[in-house]
Amino acid sequence: MEKMSRVTTALSSNTISGRTMFCHLDAPANAISVCRDATQVVVAGRNIFKIYGLEEEQFVEKLNLRVGRKPSLNFSCADVMWHQMEENLLATAATNGAVVTWNLGKPSRNKQDQLFTEHKRTVNKVCFHPTEVYMLLSGSQDGFMKCFDLRKKESVSTFSGQSESVRDVQFSMKDYFTFAASFENGNVQLWDIRRPDRYERMFTAHTGPVFCCDWHPDDRGWLATGGRDKMVKVWDMTTNRAKEIYCVQTIASVARVKWRPERKFHLATCSMMVDHNIYVWDIRRPFIPFATFEEHKDVTTGIVWRHQHDPHFLLSGSKDSTLYQHMFKDATRPVDKANPEGLCFGLLGDLAFAAKESLISSDANRKPYPGGDRRYPIFFFKKPDPTEQFAHVSSALSVFETDLDSNRMDWFVKTAQLYLLSGKPFAELCDHNAKVARELKRPQVSTTWTMLRIMFSDPANLTAQGPNHNLSKLGTLPLMNSFSMKEMGSGMGTESRLERSKGDSRQDNIHLEPGNSHISNNNEENEETEGSDGQAEYMFGDAELDDDDLYSVEHDNQAEEQEYTLPQEAFQLRHEIMDNPSAPEHLQQDKADSPHVSGNEAEVTCLTPIESFSLISISQPLYSPHLPASFFCPIVREMLSYYAEQGDVQMAVSVLIVLGDRIRKEIDDLTQEHWYMSYIDLLQRFELWNVSNEVIKLSTCSAITCLNQTSTTLHINCSNCKRPMSNKGWICDRCHQCASVCAVCHHVVKGLFVWCQGCSHGGHLEHMMNWLKSSAHCPAGCGHLCEYT
Amino acid sequence: MASKPVSDFKCQPNGENTPRRVSGSGRSCRYQSESESDGGPTAKSLAQLCSRDEDERAAALEELSQEVLLCLGSARQGSARLSKQTLLHLLRLSRSCPLQEVRGRATELLRTAQDQGVDVPRALASGPSAFIPAKEMLKEGPNQKVLIESFLSLGRVDHITMVMALHPSYLSCFLRTQHALLELDGPLPRHWRHYIALMAAARHHCSYLVQQHSAGFLEAGGEESWLSGLERAPTKLRSLQTLNKLLAHRPWLITQQHIQELVCPGADPPWSLAELIHAVVLMAHAHSLSSFVWGCGLNPEPDHIGGYTFEPPSPSHLPRSPHSPAHEDGRQELVDGAMEVEVLMKRMVELQQQEEECTQEEMVTRFERERSESIPTAVVRGAPPDLVLCLVEEPEFRYEDFAPRGEQAPPTMRAQDYSWEDHGFSLVNRLLPDMGQLLDEKFQVVSYLTYHRMAMHEGVDTYTLRKALWNYIHCLYGIRYDDYDYGSVNVLLERSLKVFVKTLACHPEQTTARVYHACWRHFRHSEKVHANLIVMEARLQAALLYTLRAITHYMR
Repeated sequence: MEKMSRVTTALSSNTISGRTMFCHLDAPANAISVCRDATQVVVAGRNIFKIYGLEEEQFVEKLNLRVGRKPSLNFSCADVMWHQMEENLLATAATNGAVVTWNLGKPSRNKQDQLFTEHKRTVNKVCFHPTEVYMLLSGSQDGFMKCFDLRKKESVSTFSGQSESVRDVQFSMKDYFTFAASFENGNVQLWDIRRPDRYERMFTAHTGPVFCCDWHPDDRGWLATGGRDKMVKVWDMTTNRAKEIYCVQTIASVARVKWRPERKFHLATCSMMVDHNIYVWDIRRPFIPFATFEEHKDVTTGIVWRHQHDPHFLLSGSKDSTLYQHMFKDATRPVDKANPEGLCFGLLGDLAFAAKESLISSDANRKPYPGGDRRYPIFFFKKPDPTEQFAHVSSALSVFETDLDSNRMDWFVKTAQLYLLSGKPFAELCDHNAKVARELKRPQVSTTWTMLRIMFSDPANLTAQGPNHNLSKLGTLPLMNSFSMKEMGSGMGTESRLERSKGDSRQDNIHLEPGNSHISNNNEENEETEGSDGQAEYMFGDAELDDDDLYSVEHDNQAEEQEYTLPQEAFQLRHEIMDNPSAPEHLQQDKADSPHVSGNEAEVTCLTPIESFSLISISQPLYSPHLPASFFCPIVREMLSYYAEQGDVQMAVSVLIVLGDRIRKEIDDLTQEHWYMSYIDLLQRFELWNVSNEVIKLSTCSAITCLNQTSTTLHINCSNCKRPMSNKGWICDRCHQCASVCAVCHHVVKGLFVWCQGCSHGGHLEHMMNWLKSSAHCPAGCGHLCEYT
Repeated sequence: MASKPVSDFKCQPNGENTPRRVSGSGRSCRYQSESESDGGPTAKSLAQLCSRDEDERAAALEELSQEVLLCLGSARQGSARLSKQTLLHLLRLSRSCPLQEVRGRATELLRTAQDQGVDVPRALASGPSAFIPAKEMLKEGPNQKVLIESFLSLGRVDHITMVMALHPSYLSCFLRTQHALLELDGPLPRHWRHYIALMAAARHHCSYLVQQHSAGFLEAGGEESWLSGLERAPTKLRSLQTLNKLLAHRPWLITQQHIQELVCPGADPPWSLAELIHAVVLMAHAHSLSSFVWGCGLNPEPDHIGGYTFEPPSPSHLPRSPHSPAHEDGRQELVDGAMEVEVLMKRMVELQQQEEECTQEEMVTRFERERSESIPTAVVRGAPPDLVLCLVEEPEFRYEDFAPRGEQAPPTMRAQDYSWEDHGFSLVNRLLPDMGQLLDEKFQVVSYLTYHRMAMHEGVDTYTLRKALWNYIHCLYGIRYDDYDYGSVNVLLERSLKVFVKTLACHPEQTTARVYHACWRHFRHSEKVHANLIVMEARLQAALLYTLRAITHYMR
């Protein structure tokens, strides 16, 4: 509370406003620094040394410190720092080893004040003491750190890093005498400025150089370090041994790290190579940046928060010769694009599911659900204990496997023979085919059929059947049962329940707050997440597995279940979305006051569950009012292409036929034709002539159906003169006799003609059948003993 | 991480029942293919000679000699049965095997063969280096353990290893890097790697490396016809020529465009960045290694062309081949060099204390002076052997002295703006995991390597001298350190040393014994090898920095 009031005063006394903006510098920047009142920024580099004023809409160049005809190497800055107490005082570290101070109050054009050339090699860092006006510290490549008293001409003390190059030096914000130094060999040392003979403490922080370090502005014991090994580590220095408490893995070597003001767990980083973005991390969530600024076109070399009590403005300089002011609200949030839980079907019906560990394993946290077995609940939210909201975020990955016995091709033949492609209502066709596929141990295909039925069936038909009954009859993947919900009321019902319990807990929270300093402290820490994550304990989708058959199947699968532990993070429900300015104040008020926040809540509470549901819950027609069948068409189209590309053109064609008009126009004719042709070709190779013919018949492609029209000519020879019958009609041109005369009735046979292969006499089918029933001899009287079978 | 890539180099249990190592069996295939005409199982026993199991080794040695004797006994025309390869292998073993018993037996076998009337080859060189007398090599003695270790893991001890073994700590990380570059997982196929390396070595007419990599290339399944000329190699490899040329002689000219030409999808066929980095590191490695080979005056291996002869020795005339370094004895002019050392040491001490201030102008001038100082290096040598020449395009493209200041001098690269530690490492490690680490380690070993002695003096801090060498080479390649006073280069490096260093770094193929012997006359040979190592690594880093910078710009 105390701190908050200080914040408010700090901000109210000097309100900063602005927008995301940038200006071009003449040369690449190496470092930037702001003056205390956040109105000016100094940019330093090899060929630039300028001061810019920060105005509402733009940067304005105030002063060029690079003066003189032939600027010396003393102007070639590796680092720059603006004194935080004395607004006219600047210090730079030059690449040739000089440490220079600048006094802006000087009347002359050259503002150079003092020049220390004690370092033998490049000075990597200069740092003013946060409270002491005349104390300056430098760290150099030659392995020495020197402390200068600006009233004297030379350094007052020298600290030796045993010829290891010093990359960064930082005075502690809270301990007057302490500073930290980071080294090229991966070490970090803590020194007391009164004791130059020996460091107080040393530990190895990284493999490879430690490029930067930064003390936490509020927490006295915390030191963040960043290294070439692509890690940012946060160390707790209050204990006897420096303890690594957080570790963030980035994608490139870390050049700078800066704690974000007023946000205990946030820090900004930029990289030295390859990656040009600036990331703001929540260190409790090390696998995904909290926010990203992607403006720069070359590596960012300097970052600094504009005001030490304002977390919304970040300034950055870059090798691409630009200086940016980033507004926090304009940052991209990678978290928004991440999935909270991961669920994935393997190609062959395996299922992997990753979620917060507590969701999967710990039964104790689960709220009893009246009636029914709760052994396999899948989704539920639990209000995290605020004190450990981020403490143990780890996820578990479960893989459920189906056994596969063979990958021979006989499933193809069986499938082709057993599939029903027409002649029944759509839903039944799907069910039948799903069953066929399941029996052939092709769960993926089976599931596809089931899903197709759900997608394209009229919901009214479905409700007639009990959902679970329906399921068991279909016998979809055993696992699907885990997702089926029973009697949960409508989707709306679920939602309203969620809302209600959520509200309750919010009240509890608020209720507790004034009395309990611990909690309020916590709210402060989690201020940004309150809006989205402090929900009530609720759950849904508790699987009800009272169907015994299914249950036993499931047990089989459980035996094969493997547990993996994912690294922390993984797919936890996103917990930070908002960047609420001074959230604790808002918390006191009614939530409804902040439309932004409430909108956000709605998003979380209803969107997320429904997303999770829409594809996998079978019994609930949750989507029926919203989702017309055409909604699924693009997905189905993709699915068909997928199957076809996987080589299972059978599936593609079968679905195409069964869905008929529902999907046909979605797919261009050429593709369809291609699929048909491939499938027919396959069928014919397996000598499945009937199926092939059926497919041809059922196809709607003109190019395919006409396959049935080709090669349909029959060439007949006259039964008397053995010459080909050329013209139409039944009389032979040559012998002028009727060609095919029924031996029984002596009329010309038009239609089915059956004849004995022995004597080549024959006639109408019925006549011949009747005749041969009573007599064994040929009706023509040739004496041949004909047989009819 | 450190020891993983060459676990078979580092340590291997010597247990009785250690199964034969995989690399061992791989090697056996190699010998099989090399000595197909042999018709005998000699290859197997040769491979087993480097078994870690002593008994197995002894058995293999026994078997080998049985076979050879059998060949000698069974046919009267002994030479017909005993192939040239086998003889050369025996020769090599007798010369360079660090294991006493193997060496002795091989010599014995050769002598027996000679007694039987077989034409037996004879090694031309008497030691790994033409500059360092073999006796001195033994005196300054690389420890045998290192040599045995590398014999067991690599199957042979080549001259590079022998000379580098004077600095064992460097040798181990050098071999590890080379092993990772050539043998371990990487984006390029193995025979390509050898081919790229021999392309690179050919630029410096280094027939030693060309032959070594040719063998490696064939062994990795490369097509023999590629070796007869560049035009037989695939277009993709040939497209590296420009980069190879620049990298070898004028790396500062490498720009983003060069990278783009190779990598952009329009290129036909395009290189991926990972492949390209791999190729670049290979080329830079081979270039700098050529410097080392020339700089130490390495003799051809006994089984290389030019390393042996079948002719009997004639006392009057020493046969010379263009493959071995020119032999000039420069040692006679050994005048009071002891003074030199004293002076040098005094200067080093002075430099460390000196607080002299000089203007920026002066600093720049000093850098420019060093960079463009004309050091006469061109002792024109005879044309390189055809073996090498057919693998070079534009052989006339060479290192060129920087023009005196002002006239279109190419821009200097500021070490502070693109350094190995900050930038290069990250890029290499990103595109070729582990390689950055290995190179980094190698650079560090070289920069910290010291024995605290100089010539006859002990307990000397040689930091300034090493630094001056390193920075001088970088200066020759146009890399400037803001925080270094190039005046000290002039103070510490006497002219003859500059000649030596500059020849090595820029025209390695022109190194002669005279150049080698003229400088640092009172220094030990191992110290000169140390200087060679510094030149080699500094050169490697300079070339890499330019290319990596171009790649970084391309990726931007």
